[in-house]
Order: sequence, then C-alpha cells, then structure tokens
Amino acid sequence: MSAQDATLGQTGTLALPRKRIRWGEVLVQGILFLAAAVSVLTTVGIVVSLLVPAGEFFREVSPRDFLTGTTWAPLFEPAHFGVLPLVVGTFLISLLSALVAFPLGVGVAIYLSEYARPRAASVLKPALEILAAIPTVVLGYFALTFVTPLLRDLGVQVEIFNALSASLVLGVMLIPTVASLSEDAMAAVPRDLRQGGYALGADKLQVSTRIVVPAAISGIIAAFVLAFARAVGETMIVLIAAGQLPQITFDPRETIETMTAFIGATGNGDVPTGSIEYKTIFAVGLTLFAITYAINLLSIRLVRKFREVYE
Amino acid sequence: MTSSRVLKNRAFEAAMLFAMVVAFGTLAVLLVDTLVTGWPQLDAQLFSDSPSTQPEEAGARPAILATLYLGLIVLALSVPIGVLTAIYLEEYADRKRWWNRLIEVNIQNLAAVPSIVYGILGLAFIVRGVGIGRVVLAGGLILTLVVLPTVVVASREAIRAVPDSIRQGAFALGATKWQVVWRQVLPAAIPGMATGSILALSRAVGETAPLIMVGAIVYVAFDPTLLGPYTALPVQIYNWTKQPDPTFQTLAAAGAIVLLAIVLSMNAVAIFLRNRYRKQW
Amino acid sequence: MRLSRPITVAALAAIVVLATAACGGGDGGGSGGTITADGSSTVGPFTTKAAEDFKAQGGVDVTVGISGTGGGFERFCRDETDISNASRPIKDEEAAICADGGIEYLELTVATDALTNVVNPENTWVDCLTVDQLKSIWEPGSKVDSWRDVDESYPDVPLRLYGAGTDSGTFDYFTDAIVGEEGASRTDYNASEDDNVTVQGVAGERGGLGYFGFSYFEENQGRLKALEIDGGSGCVAPSVASAQDGTYAPLSRPLFVYVKRSSFDDDENVRDFVAYMLDNEQTIAEEARFVPLSDAKLAEEQAKLEDATS
Repeated sequence: MSAQDATLGQTGTLALPRKRIRWGEVLVQGILFLAAAVSVLTTVGIVVSLLVPAGEFFREVSPRDFLTGTTWAPLFEPAHFGVLPLVVGTFLISLLSALVAFPLGVGVAIYLSEYARPRAASVLKPALEILAAIPTVVLGYFALTFVTPLLRDLGVQVEIFNALSASLVLGVMLIPTVASLSEDAMAAVPRDLRQGGYALGADKLQVSTRIVVPAAISGIIAAFVLAFARAVGETMIVLIAAGQLPQITFDPRETIETMTAFIGATGNGDVPTGSIEYKTIFAVGLTLFAITYAINLLSIRLVRKFREVYE
Repeated sequence: MTSSRVLKNRAFEAAMLFAMVVAFGTLAVLLVDTLVTGWPQLDAQLFSDSPSTQPEEAGARPAILATLYLGLIVLALSVPIGVLTAIYLEEYADRKRWWNRLIEVNIQNLAAVPSIVYGILGLAFIVRGVGIGRVVLAGGLILTLVVLPTVVVASREAIRAVPDSIRQGAFALGATKWQVVWRQVLPAAIPGMATGSILALSRAVGETAPLIMVGAIVYVAFDPTLLGPYTALPVQIYNWTKQPDPTFQTLAAAGAIVLLAIVLSMNAVAIFLRNRYRKQW
Repeated sequence: MRLSRPITVAALAAIVVLATAACGGGDGGGSGGTITADGSSTVGPFTTKAAEDFKAQGGVDVTVGISGTGGGFERFCRDETDISNASRPIKDEEAAICADGGIEYLELTVATDALTNVVNPENTWVDCLTVDQLKSIWEPGSKVDSWRDVDESYPDVPLRLYGAGTDSGTFDYFTDAIVGEEGASRTDYNASEDDNVTVQGVAGERGGLGYFGFSYFEENQGRLKALEIDGGSGCVAPSVASAQDGTYAPLSRPLFVYVKRSSFDDDENVRDFVAYMLDNEQTIAEEARFVPLSDAKLAEEQAKLEDATS
C-alpha cells in the first residue's frame, strides 16, 4: 500500500488536495458495471427471445384458446392449442412433490437445528448437500427404473410413465433446499428465545413447534416457495419418468406431460424455424417464465410480510 | 413431565428422525442402485471408446471430454463476470440509484428461471441468432448464464462477510477504492467465492435440459473441439436411458457413476475449502 | 490469504492441458472432414451403423442426429446438413423450400421397412388386426379406450397407446396408410420422436399398443410381440421377406437417405461414405436389424449413384 495524496501543507495541518480524477478507478468502475450489465442483458435476451416468437404465435392462435383450451395437440390435424393440460400436469407434479418436500424438509431442519449434536450435524449437513448435487438426469433415470417398478411391486397400479414416481423423486430432491433454508432461518432465531421457553418448563416439542418455527416462519416460507418454483421448472426428471401424454388428470398414477417436458421433447435436436411447432416452444416457454416469475414475486412479498427482526 | 408429554416428545423426535431417514435413505439407495446397476459396464472402455450402436463396444469418451470442456468454459466465464458483478453490487453501487436496484432484483429473478428457458434463449440467440451453431462453445455460454446468478449471490455473501473495519482501516491509510477491494476484501473473500463457484460449476456439469435445446447431438464418435459438434455426459446418459436394450441401461448407470464421481468430487473440494478456510473475525 | 501453492499450481496445470486439448482438436476428429447427418429416428440407426463401420475402415467422422424426418429436412433445406435420413419421401412443400434455398439433392433408397405394430407379450388375446380395426383405434376423435372396444371377444383391458410424434416420417406414413390421410390421428397417446420411448412404453404396459419401424421390433424381440396385419388378403406378419416382396401391406415402405448435391460433388468424403453405404448395404442392414433391399432394388440405387458421379 502506498501513501497517498494527503499531504501536510506548509502550515502543518492536513490539507487534502483538490479531487483528481483517477482514471484507473473510472476504468475499473466501468468494467464492473459492464459485468453487472451481463445479467441485465441476459434477462432482456430471455424476454425478447420469448416474446417475439410468442407474439407471432398468438397472432395465429388466440390467447384465449391457448389459455383455456383443454386439449394440447399442436402438431396434429386438426391442431389444438389449449395449454391447460400442460399447466395441470406441471402443477400436479409440483404440488405432489411439495407434499413430500415441505414436511420432510422442515423435519430435517428441525432435527438438525434442535436435536442433532454438533458433530453429527457437521457430517449430516454436507451429506444433505450431496443429495442436492445429484444431477437430475440421474434422478429421472432412478425414478423410471427403480421407483416405478417398486411402486408396482407394492401394488400401486402406476403406468410405466407416471406422475407419482417423478413427484416422489422430485420431492426428495427438494428436501435439501427446504431443509437448508429453513435451518438457516431457525439458526438465526436467538438462543434466548429457546432458553426462555425451557426456563418456563416447555419441552423440546413445544419449543420447536411453538417458538422456533413461528420465529423462523419467514425463512421457512421462503424455502417453500423457492422449492415450489424449482419443482415447476424441473425438466429432466419429468421428461424421463412422467411421460408425454398431455391430459388433464389428477390421478398421479397416470401419464401426463408438463410444460418443461414439452419444451424439452419438442426442442430435442431441432425444430423447423417459422413453423407453428417452433413457436409453440416459445408460447409455452413464456407461460412457464411468467409462472415462475410470479412465484418469485410472491415469495419476496411473503418473506417481507412475515419477517421478524431480532436486534 | 407427564408420561403423555414424554410420549409426545418421543413421537415428535421419531418423526423428525423419520424425515432424516427418508432423505438420507433415498440418497443411499440411489447411490447403491446406480453403483450396482452400472458396475458391469464400468471399465476402461467407458473412458476410451466412443458411443456405438453395439452396447458392448460403446463408451462415453467424447461425452466425458465434452463435459470437462464445458466445465472449463463455465469456470473461465462465470467466475470473472460473477465476481466482478458481486464486487460492483457490494462495493460500488449506490443503492439509491434505480438501475442498481434493477440489477439486484434482476439477478434474484434470474436465479429462479428454469434452466430450460435458458436453453430457449440459447437456441434463439446463440445457436441461431449469432449463428455459431450447435457447438461446444454455445453450450458453455448457455451454462455460464445458468449458473451466473448463483456465483453472484455466493460472491456477494463472501464479500459481505468481510468486516467493514478491514475496509475502513485501508481507507484510513489512504488506499483508493479499488486498492481496498483488490488487496483487502477480495483475498479475504476468496474462500467463500471459491466454494460458491465450485458448487455452481458442479451444477453446470450436471445440467441436461439447456444442452438438449442447443443440440448436443446423439451420435458423436470423435473427441470434441471448441467449435465442433458434441454431446455432453448428462445428455449421453439421457440418450442411453431411452434405449430399451438392457445393456444400454447398464451403460447409462455406468455413465451416471462417472458423472456422480465428477460432481461429488467437486462438491467435496468445495466443502473442504469451506471448512479449511473458515475465518473467524 | 492464499490457497496453498501446490494445489493452485496443479489446478492451473490441469486447466491448461484441457484447454489446449479443446482448442487444438482431438486425434483426427473435429470439424475438418466431418459429415453431418440428421433426420428420421427410424433410419438413424442405419446411418449410425454405416458411420461406425465407415470410420473403422479409415473414413472420416459422421455425426448423426435424430430430429425426426420433418426436422431433418428443415435443416437439410437450410444447408445445415449434408445428409438427411427420411422414413418417407420428401414432401412437395419441403422440396420447394429446398429449391428456394438452392439445395439440390440425390434421393437414395437404403433399406426397406415393415412398419410394425406391437403389443405387450402378456397380451395373449390378439394376434392379428385388420387395417379397419387399426383405423378405428387411431383415427381422429377415436373413442376406443379398451381392448374390448376393438373386438368384443377381447378382455376389458385399458388400451394404452404409444406412437410416433408428428415430426416423424413414421407418423406421416402410418396415418396415410392406415387412417387414409397424412397427419390424421387421435391425439391422446404418448407421442415421441424417439421410437425407443414407444418400445419402453409398450414393453411396460399390459394393454399397450404401439407402432414403429421393424428394426426397433427386431432389436427388442424379447420384450414385445408383433401383430400380423390383414390388409385385405389375410394376416401377414412383418418380416424381412414380407417387407421385401411387399406382401406386408399396406405397411411396407422404403427408407431414404437424401444427399446434398453440392456436398456430394465437392467433398470426396461424402462420395466415399455414400458409396460405402450402398456397397455394404446388405451387411449394414443386417447388423442394424433392418430389412435389406432386394438385389434388383440395390442395383437400381447403385446405378443412380453411378449417374450422379459421372
């Protein structure tokens, strides 16, 4: 570190010089701003790449037919462009996986935060990260080749491609997301609150469920919403295990198709540009983007609403 | 405590333990199942040979190489851009300015966008628009964009963890802003940034959906180059899982073992770094 | 605060090695003399086998994609590929696009196919279906949901349909031959460009019914059962013989490879590869479980090649 421009003037007092423009600093700032701009450009790129072809699509297919139609058969004669089966498929899977991930994730978090000894926790937490790191293609393959036969052995009449296997595996995949964010939130709850509870004679169950969880609720909700958004956007697990039969059904044993699976299957390799098929990718992509964006906004709002601030 | 309370507490603890068992039990089952299924095909051939219509002769060498190259590209691009963005947001940006708030919100949103939408972006702009085609570089660029928000967030956390007193001390000694960042903040934040980057990288290496969209082809029997056609390991596994021939299913599992090995070792490095260099201020 | 030196050095060294390998080009492979093929997932395995054998003989690399017959033509007519695999002839609209783009091509038949209808091995109640029965199952708006709807003597097992996606030449051919109009099909079935998905679906579902090229049945004989088809003159099973002599009607069809004229004329490698494909057509077809061309037909195709080369 070099000494700088603060000089002692003749009078012996500190006289700071007039501000000189340091071009090095300006250059640095410029570069940094450009780096940050990459992210903005990315969003602009995503929006433009979705909106333009989607716009063309909606000139040929009315948005109303698209959003309310119940048959998705864009490439057949006669073509049907109702996106509802895809949306229902997506939400069916997301909700089922949430049913798995939310309770189990919070359970894991409570265990790690309130019950586990520090040494055990230091081993278990990285193990949880390992679960989170498994590539989704491996998980999808696991769902198709292990979970589906297992379900059938257990007597559940699932079709070879079905929503249930995919949801179960997706749910387990999301446990680390829910658990780590919830656990962070719980760790942020001051020890005093717990101690106060114990001092008043509460047992662990009461402290966990009536003190810690409510105090950490904003983080837990954020975790839920993030996990749900990831479930909505997940592609490989559903592409491999859930099927390509767009239909409106709430029976998880049946074959369905999600928005992401449609995009992935249709975009495989290449599709004729300019054809209506190409444009359906963007219309569905836009719908998907809008949904995840809305979920994200919701999460920000919910977190703000429930946040409890400590000191 | 009354016996019913004891019972309730035991039950509660059991329930929480059950959650742990489900999570880790599934992980264990998955790893064991993959290992057992793929073991027969896990041999040198997997690493030395190219894919083939005959499963006995098939290998994943081009795919493994492509995955490593993609990882390299992502590393080379996402770390500088991500770290610089984080520095900008944490050290330089005036939060009162609307464009800085926009950038922040933007990054948060990008983190939530499904990876397949990045694939659409790539298809439209990088493969078609700029027209470099379905090449390794295109795949690398897309994956960079996918993990960039994660790198930014992790780097920001690392920078924030550096106490302000360090900065103030440096300023007091007359350093310029950049000198403070470059010589004090960054070195202190490197372990956190490294951890975050490696975790992001391991995610990029496991991504399949965006690569499918930008055309990682089915049958590529030669080592990939930067501007040449390619297929990455996750995509190769995906293609193999679709083949009903049981030998290909075994191959897919073997490929999955390799992919898991790559991803998990990256994670292990990241965890090691985090533990070793955890600073106490 | 620095990371330990040896680790940094090792990591940097590894990165440099990989980077040079990536930019330098692999051993012999790379964009240099690569031939690009794309198109039908039915014909894909044939071209892939040809590519493998060709390379083993010292030929250049060939990449093979499976975007579907339609998708393949799209890329072909935009000058993105050298070869387009197709399980149906090029349509007029597609030919027009090619003409607009100045793409001339050579059409070669490389194998014959018997479009096979398959059911699950546990399906013991049906061995033969008439074209009319198939049509009633697959036509648009069909309400046939159970095997009993097909014939009253069949058990009431739910019908699970798997088939080709609409970008597939198999789809075009099947709908044309069975339903009577290209593209006319019910929409509530598992549709995939990749015939392997159909194999998996039918093999895993007791009431499953699907259709794809003969080679996919041949490859998976243990897990599927092929149906005989009655096209008006009795039940005929799909086989090499019945495909070659055309008795397996109406579902025997030619499989095509379209070669870009400019690649053919300008690139010796392309000429070598195409010649290799035809010269070794019998072997390749057998290895890839396709129905080889009859000798007469093969001679015809080779004559076409002769004309084109001169």
